[in-house]
Amino acid sequence: MSYTIEGSTGTWEIVVGLEVHAQVISNSKLFSGAATAFGAAPNSQVSFVDAAFPGMLPVINQECVAQAVRTGLGLNARINLWSRFDRKNYFYADLPAGYQISQFAHPIIGTGEIEIELADGSTRTIGVTRLHLEQDAGKSLHDQDPSRSFIDLNRAGVALMEIVSEPDIRTPEEAGAYLRKLRTILRYLGTCDGNMEEGSMRADVNVSVRHAGEEFRTRCEVKNVNSIRFVMQAIEAEAKRQVELWESGGEVRQETRLYDPGRGETRSMRSKEDAHDYRYFPDPDLPPLIIEQAWVEELRAGLPELPDAKRARLMRQYGLPAYDAGVLVAEQAIADFYETVAAGRDGRLAGNWVTGDLFAALNRTGKDIATSPVSAQALGGLLDLMADGTINGRIAKEVFEAMVETGGAAADIVEAKGLRQVTDTGAIDEAVAQVLAAHADKLAEYRAGKDKLFGFFVGQVMKAMAGKGNPALVNETLKKHLG
Amino acid sequence: MSLDAAMVRRIASLSRIRIEDAEVPRLQAELSAILGWIEQLNEVDVHGVEPLAGASAVALRARADVITDGGIAEQVLANAPDRVGEFFTVPKVVE
Repeated sequence: MSYTIEGSTGTWEIVVGLEVHAQVISNSKLFSGAATAFGAAPNSQVSFVDAAFPGMLPVINQECVAQAVRTGLGLNARINLWSRFDRKNYFYADLPAGYQISQFAHPIIGTGEIEIELADGSTRTIGVTRLHLEQDAGKSLHDQDPSRSFIDLNRAGVALMEIVSEPDIRTPEEAGAYLRKLRTILRYLGTCDGNMEEGSMRADVNVSVRHAGEEFRTRCEVKNVNSIRFVMQAIEAEAKRQVELWESGGEVRQETRLYDPGRGETRSMRSKEDAHDYRYFPDPDLPPLIIEQAWVEELRAGLPELPDAKRARLMRQYGLPAYDAGVLVAEQAIADFYETVAAGRDGRLAGNWVTGDLFAALNRTGKDIATSPVSAQALGGLLDLMADGTINGRIAKEVFEAMVETGGAAADIVEAKGLRQVTDTGAIDEAVAQVLAAHADKLAEYRAGKDKLFGFFVGQVMKAMAGKGNPALVNETLKKHLG
Repeated sequence: MSLDAAMVRRIASLSRIRIEDAEVPRLQAELSAILGWIEQLNEVDVHGVEPLAGASAVALRARADVITDGGIAEQVLANAPDRVGEFFTVPKVVE
């Protein structure tokens, strides 16, 4: 879907690249044995390495390297068997060493790609430039005291993967789709929990604008945006600002900006103006990181089925439409739930129930798939009752609502409420006769050629039978009586 | 290559080292001399020689992903000049 900005000098398109910082799931930090768990007491998960005491040596965590390699494999990216750590020098109170250990010239992961799906059903491939490992900084709290900032170093030294995209993104929607897809892949891989509220996934957004066919113009970097919605809003706001600036005769300066969601605008971070001179150099404490191809293959063999592969398989195996399959694979737990429901049953019908009635019920009750009031087995039981003719589709909706409310099994609810479908032709004959007798006028109209009234009669018969009539038999019997 | 006075001040500022105006000419000369020496090294023909960041040939040693450290807030905070509770504090830095 194209997205452009109409200015006074013509049509502008936007160019966006994303840098995502994804916190690695590991027990201990990248270069120290301190714990990584979120929410611990201040400075309780800090070693002397993390606090940059003199003479402390960093030792790399093998699992963090494995997580980066798994992520690289999940992004179909090149795995660099030789990589190196550099020091990125800058001063900030929550960076005790005065430098961040990062990978600048030689990242562990090279070019890869992510396929995104858009609302109109189209797909696009967004290039991934690189992924590198680096340390997170500590946390500054500015609202505890009027004149001081408080520093908690628990997060300092936790492993991050910085995942950099090519400037391939052209619309806010694509940026949102890229982040959602990346988050899904990371969650499938188990390499990052993707929780943006807790800050375990954060995005820096590079935005520029240009007329179609032009070279790239100067970009600005909007730092530390912490939700997908804000990323999309920040792109719109920043692109508009740049178009206005260019068109009023000004020039966009390369700079770091912040997005203010309250005001819906970006503003300059003046303090960062001088900070781009990071004076990178190879970290003398850390020899090159060398990994074996055999180990990479071992990690590859242990990867789970990833979203794209799973979506293709669900379409093939259960005859699902692409859209439904895409919705179901967005979370592993939903896909697992679906497959439990679909196993040995009508896959399309199972898909409709999960994405339709179940999602609506979860929404309404504020639950998620893990706490669903109706289990996958229970929903399967309901589908079985429809398949064997015990209940019809309309009654199934009623039974489902009762299941949501009580957590009971479908069969028990059908028995207790007497909802079993009526297939006794005598009872149906009787109901049809009653309805026709009660609506002699409509019957006359029907016989005079008003065919559309057939639906009316079906409705009335079902109503007379409290919804429990077998729809096929009701139709058949009506036709017989009317014909 | 010789550095001008503005560059000397910028390097000092990036390093958070305060220098007095009177010190600038001396530092300018010293730093320029260091760069001159590096320039001499640049004259060495390193064609076909792999860049080397460290003198030892060993690869990085790794550790298992086990929690073996932390829980020493008191020691970590022991030298903090102005701690409040379990936090370090610094003069307010806000964007």
